[in-house]
Amino acid sequence: MSQEILIVDDETNIVLSLEFLMKQAGFQVRTAQDGEQAIQALEERVPDLVLLDVMMPRKDGYEVCQEIRRREAWSHLPVVMLTAKGRDVEREKGLAMGADDYITKPFSTQEVVETVQSILAGGAD
Amino acid sequence: MLPAWTILLVSALYVGLLFAIAYSADKLGDRGLSLVNNPYVYTLSIAVYCTAWTFYGSVGLATEAGLAFLTIYLGPTLMALLWWLVLRKIVRISKLYRLTSVADFVASRYGKSMLLGGLTALIALVGTTPYIALQLQAVSSSFDVLLHFPDMEAVQTAGAGFLDDKALYVTILLAVFTILFGTRHIDATERLEGMVVAVAFESVVKLIAFLAVGVFVTFILFAGPGELFAEAAAVPAVEELGLLTSLPGGYGTWMALLALSALAIVFLPRQWQVSVVENVNEDHIRTASWLFPLYLLVINLFVLPIAMAGMVVFGPDVAGDDYVLALPLAAEQSLLGLLVYIGGFSAATGMVIVATIAVAIMVSNDLVMPTLLRMRRFQASARHDLSGLVVAIRRVVICGILALGYAYYLLIADMYALVSIGLISFVAVAQFAPAVLLGLFWKGASRRGALAGLIGGFLVWLYTLLMPSLAEAGLLAEGLLLHGPAGIEWLHPHGLFGLDMDPIAHAFFWTMLVNVGLLVGISLSDRQSDIERIQAALFVDVFLRSERDARFWEGTATVGDLQDLLGRFVGRARAAEVIREYSSHLGRTLKADEQAQPELVNHVERLLAGSIGSASARVMVSSIVKGEALSYEGVMEILDATSRAIEYSRRLEEKSQALEDATRELRAANERLKELDQLKDEFVSMVSHELRTPLTSIRAFGEILLNNPEMDADQRREFLEVVVRESERLTRLINQVLDLSKIESGSAEWQLQEVDLGRLAREAAESTQQLFAERQTGLDVDVAIDDTAVKGDPDRLMQLIINLLSNASKFTEPAEGQVNLKVREGRGDNLRLEVSDNGPGISAEDQRRIFDKFHQVTLAQAGKPKGSGLGLAICRLIADAHWGRLWVESEPGHGSTFVCELPRAGGEHCDITGHINLAGRTDPELE
Repeated sequence: MSQEILIVDDETNIVLSLEFLMKQAGFQVRTAQDGEQAIQALEERVPDLVLLDVMMPRKDGYEVCQEIRRREAWSHLPVVMLTAKGRDVEREKGLAMGADDYITKPFSTQEVVETVQSILAGGAD
Repeated sequence: MLPAWTILLVSALYVGLLFAIAYSADKLGDRGLSLVNNPYVYTLSIAVYCTAWTFYGSVGLATEAGLAFLTIYLGPTLMALLWWLVLRKIVRISKLYRLTSVADFVASRYGKSMLLGGLTALIALVGTTPYIALQLQAVSSSFDVLLHFPDMEAVQTAGAGFLDDKALYVTILLAVFTILFGTRHIDATERLEGMVVAVAFESVVKLIAFLAVGVFVTFILFAGPGELFAEAAAVPAVEELGLLTSLPGGYGTWMALLALSALAIVFLPRQWQVSVVENVNEDHIRTASWLFPLYLLVINLFVLPIAMAGMVVFGPDVAGDDYVLALPLAAEQSLLGLLVYIGGFSAATGMVIVATIAVAIMVSNDLVMPTLLRMRRFQASARHDLSGLVVAIRRVVICGILALGYAYYLLIADMYALVSIGLISFVAVAQFAPAVLLGLFWKGASRRGALAGLIGGFLVWLYTLLMPSLAEAGLLAEGLLLHGPAGIEWLHPHGLFGLDMDPIAHAFFWTMLVNVGLLVGISLSDRQSDIERIQAALFVDVFLRSERDARFWEGTATVGDLQDLLGRFVGRARAAEVIREYSSHLGRTLKADEQAQPELVNHVERLLAGSIGSASARVMVSSIVKGEALSYEGVMEILDATSRAIEYSRRLEEKSQALEDATRELRAANERLKELDQLKDEFVSMVSHELRTPLTSIRAFGEILLNNPEMDADQRREFLEVVVRESERLTRLINQVLDLSKIESGSAEWQLQEVDLGRLAREAAESTQQLFAERQTGLDVDVAIDDTAVKGDPDRLMQLIINLLSNASKFTEPAEGQVNLKVREGRGDNLRLEVSDNGPGISAEDQRRIFDKFHQVTLAQAGKPKGSGLGLAICRLIADAHWGRLWVESEPGHGSTFVCELPRAGGEHCDITGHINLAGRTDPELE
């Protein structure tokens, strides 16, 4: 059974591109438009990995990440954060929140796919 | 007519009473029940001003000059108004530095000058002697009147025999009294309580006696003042008595007497003694300054009635000076006569006692002691006790002064009217006034100036008043008074340079002119020594500094030496006590061979000053102190240290306050800068985010398209469209960011002209027609007024309207949406442009932030092209730049209305410079 990725971003076009890339890499995909939708989607079913945008309305990526790490059932869920804020401090903050990796927008499609694959492969070991 | 033994007995009884009063007051004082710490006793003691001259002489003067006799009481009354200013300062200084006489005061003020002290004492002695003689004469002649009345012939010839002389007995009695109560204490700074209380008592006696005779004459002898004045009016001599103008010499004389008596109330030695030296509490001066004038008023109440009555009853047969006594006797009221005699006796003895002790202190401290201390055998190296000598000297001096007064009385006193002798004394002591008064308020008054002024004034006094009086007594060639010396008219003692005035006014004028002229003239061209400058500063600024600060001695002496020195003059026991007191004040025992603190040296000098005068005390202390006295600068440094420290700390406080303020301002500015910096940071971060977002899509789809050449055509087309749309979004964003920063930095160019807002609105609606058509939203334009001219940049205003319209279109539902654009009259001189929609409305939270940069209102429906978040921010900048306002009115669920008010072209508020007033951000809540 193929693994499932939850893509969370408020930018429709970015979600569209990520969805295409993940499906092409052989993953199943679910999407969410903001932080609250993301939590709902997680409660519905826990995916194998979350691609999480930082700047979103209602609940931002940091909050979502924190909540994931707080909950027993989700605490080992891999999280890859995506952000358009380029500063290093954002990266530090994301990793401190418990993200497994951190990718800056605009990203290389190859990098995103490889990062996701490597994390999921490592988790399988 | 009373028998002589009765009069003598009553006199003796009265003196006995005085002794008893003085004795018990001293005893009470020793037990701590001081009677003198009382403003009324203080005031009554000042009433020693009213002597036998007042008691008898006022009536005499009133018979010649009418109301003008009041002049010598008006002067003191005027001076009493100034007491709080002048007398209080003198009292403060005298207490602080233990100055026990006017001579010591002058000496101390001008650098502790022995010469000045001695000269002042000499003038006081010479000036007071005739005055004492005058009192003796008054007592003697009142005795004779009482004894022989109405045989006035016998009065004139009485007292020829030496042993018959009542004045001699009186003098001896007074000498005993003065010695007993005036030199009771070894330390002269101890107050003479017994003497003061006795003198205050005498003031009561003379007041009662005079009022008694006044009431008797006015209401019993005559049937009240009305009848008295009526009868007096019939006497020609009374008619000649005009009022104030009848004084010989007119107003010039009157003014001179006024000034003279004003000075006398302060500078007469006896006045100085009771009002300065014997003052216990400065607050008493306040009471005295109204009560003493009142006393003068009351004691003078019956002077004129008695004078008139005397003229009516006696005519020229009896001298005016004798009326007070003669009137009751003529009415055969012997007891009343006796009371009057006692009143006059008390007035005379009070004056003699106080004047004698005051002059004796000056003479012994400022004339005798300095002379003795110059002699080798009294030098400090000889350690024998001098305290007995100090007292002995003072007693001898008292006897000497009384003897002088008596001699003067024998010699010439009966040649002069009472008033004239008194006034001669007044002019003599008035010579102290320039040195004291100028010295009190002018630091520049110098020792040489004071010396020259005193000598000059005194010499003129000798020439214009004393010599003529001697000449009149036949002791000098009489030609002097007729033609001037050697017949030179303009040197006439009563008319120098042809000045035609009353002799007293004439002498007063010339002595003061010479005295003040020399004092001021020489002081101005003089250089003061260090000690003069120190003393001048201490006196003039006495209220500014504290006693503890005044230190002079830099060099040191041992405690033992100081104690020995003090012991020589005040007694060993007292000296030991002083050192003990000082030790307990310090809180430790002082050893005899220990170096004394400068404070102790000063303390000892001050105590010595109380006993032997300030000049002698300085000489004595300097003889045992090794090392120098402090220089002027040194003393000033110490004196000013305290005030300077206060000043410094005040300035420091001010500075630190200013620094604090500056720091606070800087901190605020820094905060603001940080805030701005953070805003800028945030802006950059936001811009970066907003740029990266479309770039992300463009890059991602570009790579996808590149890596997937076999993608089907529909998907390829969809992805390519995304790339194009996101590229457009990127372009728009870049344009707006540039636009915004251009406006904000002020570098945007504004094409100012008159713009028809109505037409602009229609054009904007036309250019957005396509947008509304796509979204199937209605747009109505309504321009309700004709004149819609504003001044502004048409392109910017167009940008504003289009922005608002496209915003509105975005927030309305397709197909149901309706947007209205209106131009209306605004408030005041404004035009109002409205863009309203029937969209979802804006929450209160969003309304506040909607004009912030990059603030995005979360859209309910997804998938719409997002704005940059800069449109409204730019709109508001444009409105601001036109001195307009832009705000939003909305309620969630009921649509939104964006309102822009712009000033009319030519309106008074239309002052568009193109400069953006960012501080004046519009805020609808303020309206």
